[in-house]
Amino acid sequence: MTSRVLTGEHFINGDIACAEGAIAAGCTFFGGYPITPATEVAEHISIRLPRVGGTFIQMEDEIAAMTSVLGGAWTGAKSMTATSGPGFSLMMETIGLAVVTETPCVVVNVQRAGPSTGLPTQGAQADMMQARWGSHGDYEIIAVAPASPQEMFDLTITAFNLSEAYRTPVFIMSDEIVGHMSERVVIPEAGKIRTVSRPRPAGRKDRFRLYRPGPNGVAPMPAIGDGYKIHVTGLTHDEKGYPVMSVETQKEMIERITGKIRNNIDDIVMTESYRLSDADIAVVSYGVSARTSFTAVDEARKRGIRAGMLRLVTVWPFPEKQIRALAQKVKGIITVEINMGQISREVERCAAGRVPTIGVGHHGGAIIPPEAVIDAMEKEVMR
Amino acid sequence: MIRSADPAVAPTVHPLEDLVRMDRIPHIWCPGCGTGSVFTACLTAIKQTGIPYDQFAMVSGIGCSGRGAGYINIDSFHTTHGRAIPFATGIKMANPKLNVIVFSGDGDLFAIGGNHFIHAARRNMDITVVCVNNLTYGMTGGQVAATTPHNARSSTTVMGNPETPFNLPLLAYAAGATYIARWSMLHARDLADAIAAALRRRGFSFIEALSPCPVNYGRRNREKAIDTLRHYQEKAIIKNGAHPAELDMSDARGPILGNFLDIEKPTHDEIYKRMYRPEEG
Ligand code: SF4
Repeated sequence: MTSRVLTGEHFINGDIACAEGAIAAGCTFFGGYPITPATEVAEHISIRLPRVGGTFIQMEDEIAAMTSVLGGAWTGAKSMTATSGPGFSLMMETIGLAVVTETPCVVVNVQRAGPSTGLPTQGAQADMMQARWGSHGDYEIIAVAPASPQEMFDLTITAFNLSEAYRTPVFIMSDEIVGHMSERVVIPEAGKIRTVSRPRPAGRKDRFRLYRPGPNGVAPMPAIGDGYKIHVTGLTHDEKGYPVMSVETQKEMIERITGKIRNNIDDIVMTESYRLSDADIAVVSYGVSARTSFTAVDEARKRGIRAGMLRLVTVWPFPEKQIRALAQKVKGIITVEINMGQISREVERCAAGRVPTIGVGHHGGAIIPPEAVIDAMEKEVMR
Repeated sequence: MIRSADPAVAPTVHPLEDLVRMDRIPHIWCPGCGTGSVFTACLTAIKQTGIPYDQFAMVSGIGCSGRGAGYINIDSFHTTHGRAIPFATGIKMANPKLNVIVFSGDGDLFAIGGNHFIHAARRNMDITVVCVNNLTYGMTGGQVAATTPHNARSSTTVMGNPETPFNLPLLAYAAGATYIARWSMLHARDLADAIAAALRRRGFSFIEALSPCPVNYGRRNREKAIDTLRHYQEKAIIKNGAHPAELDMSDARGPILGNFLDIEKPTHDEIYKRMYRPEEG
């Protein structure tokens, strides 16, 4: 067996960094289906996983890939799949099953431009709302947005840790540009990588309740074969996991699965502030668009505009508190993203009319140039 | 639990009680439905193998038979419509030591789930698929299925089914299954034996269990539960080893039942391990 963590400096693309991050996080099962521009995640992990004792399988479609990931997760394996927009859509029903059965798993969406087949080889950030609401019913989800190959590595580990800690699917909302971009990626020593594994039950098996939450709202999770005789269903279920068709059970269940995320939002949400202390105008951005936004902020400062930036590392649950605080501080907010206004609406909602908010968007297929952001700032400051 | 009327006699426990989630009884299956009998055969088979229950997992999809996973007292999964097989595949590949049974209906396994079925058979995934074939979509109210006989009435083919149904054993055979049998729920012993043989076998095994749905199929086709049973009893032709190509169900004769195929072929998890993790031996 080769080593699980390839400590050292590498020059690799984001997709490969993501695969390495998964392995470093302890992933041992990957069910995939090829789709541009996420395919390299599957290709790389298909080579690497068996060498560290794990299993890769290329399923017959994305629905099967996602479903196999759930099966894998219930054996106790940290499980993952990778896809892009159209495949993400196909996975949505099963993602709902993962949410309601509280199955930890990681889904990487290396976004491309859509709708439909769109621009398969060119990036976008236009699945952000699909990530939030793509499945049916009420739920909360966790999604992170890496901006570099290094973060594809780091945030993949974070995604696994969050999924294990909260027993929920976690999305890595990357995009073609970050996925295909090659940069220096530093992989730390194995001992320096913090990994989290799902809480496992202890105690009397006959008294076990599959969904009896622990102190943070998350229930310990047994694996198949542990002897707990679990029943797992996508139907509305009680603490024991048994279907109960009642308004009360539905309420209890939905409150548990949304509550464990809403009540731990400070532990989950990560943001990064840049030059915000004296800023008049704030840029909110994430993923690849944050890269041009950083440049735009520096350039604007040179032109005398006091700009700063809040980068959303976690996009879901939405960093509402941080955006509200920002709206108290600055005179205007510009949201920069490669779509026609998905996260900018959330920003607008949280700013709640306190300050003007605008979106700088793009239809997909290219990154947003810093000038577009600076133009928007100038207009904002001028008015 | 069946208790004797005579208090001097110790209470008799039903022989399958340890495999049933008694706290979930009564089940949802209608009077006259065959699903319960197929389920019983499945439990009997599990018991027959002598393999500890903790080493089994049952996965179901959606529909009346899909509720099977909810009543068996082992690790069990009631998944999304049509996806029991990929769920089972994930379990098997992540932990090949487990014995994985898929228990679901013809609508679930062969219409929405058809693609997964053929690919699992092609891979020779080491799982046992028990299909309760009631020729219709029972739970949603008797719509046409991929197994509904030509001309039969359903709630979406009120003038008769214009389509041709699948010959399920032939489909399994063509796709690469290594164990194939078909029995009716009335042939309880043969059915249980076939499932037990399949569980002991490595490889993709498929057992079709013919089962009446008097409520949603029988009613529309003027067939009472008892008529279906009589048909199974009087018309069924038992022909072990029959070639799957002869197994299509026709009006002219009764269904051909039997154990049709039982061959050895390396399974996907074995081949994967040998090729990709040879150092594990
Ligand atoms: S609807 Fe048909 S298949 Fe479903 S439980 Fe009733 S009789 Fe059985």
